[in-house]
Amino acid sequence: MSLLEVNNLKVEFETADGIVNAVNNVNFSIDEGKILAIVGESGSGKSQTVFAMTGLLDHNGSATGSVKFEGEEILNLSNQKLNQIRAEKIAMIFQDPMTSLNPYVRVSEQMTEVLVHHQGISKSDALKQSISMLDAVRIPDASNRVRMYPHEFSGGMRQRVMIAMSLLCRPKLLIADEPTTALDVTVQAQIMQLLSDLQKEFGMSIILITHDLGVVAGNSDDMLVMYGGEIMEIGKTENIYSASTHPYTQGLMTAVPRLDDSEERLITIPGNPPNMMKAPVGCPFSPRCKFSIDTCSKVSPVLINVSKNNHLRACHVATEEIL
Amino acid sequence: MINYIIKRIGIAIPTLLILIAVSFYLMHAAPGGPFTSERPLPPQVLANIEAKYGLDQPIWRQMINYLWGVITQFDFGPSYKYHDRTVNEIIGHGFPITLKYGFWSFIVAVGVGIPLGAIAAIRKNTWIDYLAVGISIGAQVLPNFVMAPLLIIVFTLWLDWLPGGGWNGGAWQYLIMPIIALSTSYMASIARITRSSMLEVLNTNYIRTAKSKGLPTKVIFFRHVLKPSLLPVISYLGPAFVGLITGSVIIDIYFSTGGMGYFFVNAAFNRDYSVMMGITIVVGSLTILFSLIADLLYAWIDPKIRY
Repeated sequence: MSLLEVNNLKVEFETADGIVNAVNNVNFSIDEGKILAIVGESGSGKSQTVFAMTGLLDHNGSATGSVKFEGEEILNLSNQKLNQIRAEKIAMIFQDPMTSLNPYVRVSEQMTEVLVHHQGISKSDALKQSISMLDAVRIPDASNRVRMYPHEFSGGMRQRVMIAMSLLCRPKLLIADEPTTALDVTVQAQIMQLLSDLQKEFGMSIILITHDLGVVAGNSDDMLVMYGGEIMEIGKTENIYSASTHPYTQGLMTAVPRLDDSEERLITIPGNPPNMMKAPVGCPFSPRCKFSIDTCSKVSPVLINVSKNNHLRACHVATEEIL
Repeated sequence: MINYIIKRIGIAIPTLLILIAVSFYLMHAAPGGPFTSERPLPPQVLANIEAKYGLDQPIWRQMINYLWGVITQFDFGPSYKYHDRTVNEIIGHGFPITLKYGFWSFIVAVGVGIPLGAIAAIRKNTWIDYLAVGISIGAQVLPNFVMAPLLIIVFTLWLDWLPGGGWNGGAWQYLIMPIIALSTSYMASIARITRSSMLEVLNTNYIRTAKSKGLPTKVIFFRHVLKPSLLPVISYLGPAFVGLITGSVIIDIYFSTGGMGYFFVNAAFNRDYSVMMGITIVVGSLTILFSLIADLLYAWIDPKIRY
């Protein structure tokens, strides 16, 4: 049994201009101790997918489908029930460590409240555990720094605090929503290293949301490529890297600048992301796809196996033509 | 922190002196004087009276004499209109009255305004929100000179529940209507500021983090939402508090409460120079004091501000 199973997840937002279809029929699962990367450009629905799972959608958002965690349905549970899962079993860290910690509350309090609330231990015990967790994420002088306010930490250190805070209850699943996007490259590498070390140490699973293919490459077992709220391709990271079978994934791969490239212009995928206000007809990527055929704009492609290794893709065009 | 307070008090002294100098000159620049009346006094008599109060001297000398009295003896001088009373006595009589109904108005404005704004923010776009916003807009557009007579008509003339005016040592029956009339517009402003700042805080990333930690709504509200939401409210409360405790001429006239606002406006009409100056100095000092207190409160809430 997978740790988490997502089936036919749909997320809609009601706005003044109409309904936005943020996520359409998303299916995936993640096993214990694995790292799944969700890749896609801004607005592809990757963050909303995980927000729906943990009940953190904005007020105007609604989700349908099924999300099973350890075999139990958790989608659209009451806040009260979700609060027993959040932090305890599924923890989250967010994109911008500068704004994700409350600037008006000491780090010690923001950390200990998690333990006090979920495990009912005393504040002083919670503080001890918080300090040792800060040690674990390699924050120097943790016993003194724990009493500081978030603004007294650098960006990378704040993300470490976030990570430490999320791991306090030893969750089974950590959702990292673009954990390194707001950080500079060297700090990015340190944080990713830290996450993968901690993942092994605690034996947890991670859903890593990112738009940085460089981050995906070395840090995930499986990957899932999203576009326009739909899954384009899903499979083992190594397989997709060695032979991506979807035009969109290929576009992303070729758009990564290479050190040995003499071209001065960056390669891009022509066109703009789709308008999510329109109900999805056909493949969302078809207007920008250079392989697109008549069927593409009329019939939604379904995810089909391309090889034995659970490598699936949603595309009407034959694999041979793309490769 | 201590250094900062000392520095602020150091700045307060020249600020007050400038305030006094400017008011003093403006006051004397206005035509007429305390002894001008419809039937002009004989010039000789007027000259004698003015000499008695030192009004024949150049303005800078008058000001220095006045300041000397204020600084060395804390004496604001005699009233020019009420010959048997000093300014100290007038302020001593009016200020406690104003302070009493002003303080309670402040409590009501804060006590109703903040919860009203908070409820509206939490229940955004529900009927509770619309009701709360409706109340605060209504309270804001209803000026107290309309509010005061309305209250008297309803509670005194129709229902006969409350006395229509007077002070009676500040008994509660006499306090209710002045407090309502004075506090409503402040209450409305506080509610609106609280609502909009709380809506902003509720949308921040750190509140999403708090939710993702599985904390109960109550903990999220009191530990994570309330404090930052109150920052803009506090910067409004400093001047609002001074405005409330220094009184309102409207309240004093409609309810015959006899507070400082009444004396202030009368003094301005009568060119009662010393009463005007006395009240100006009291209000000015309080304004400076409470903006300092508001700034210190700010620093206490926001750890990024350290003096």
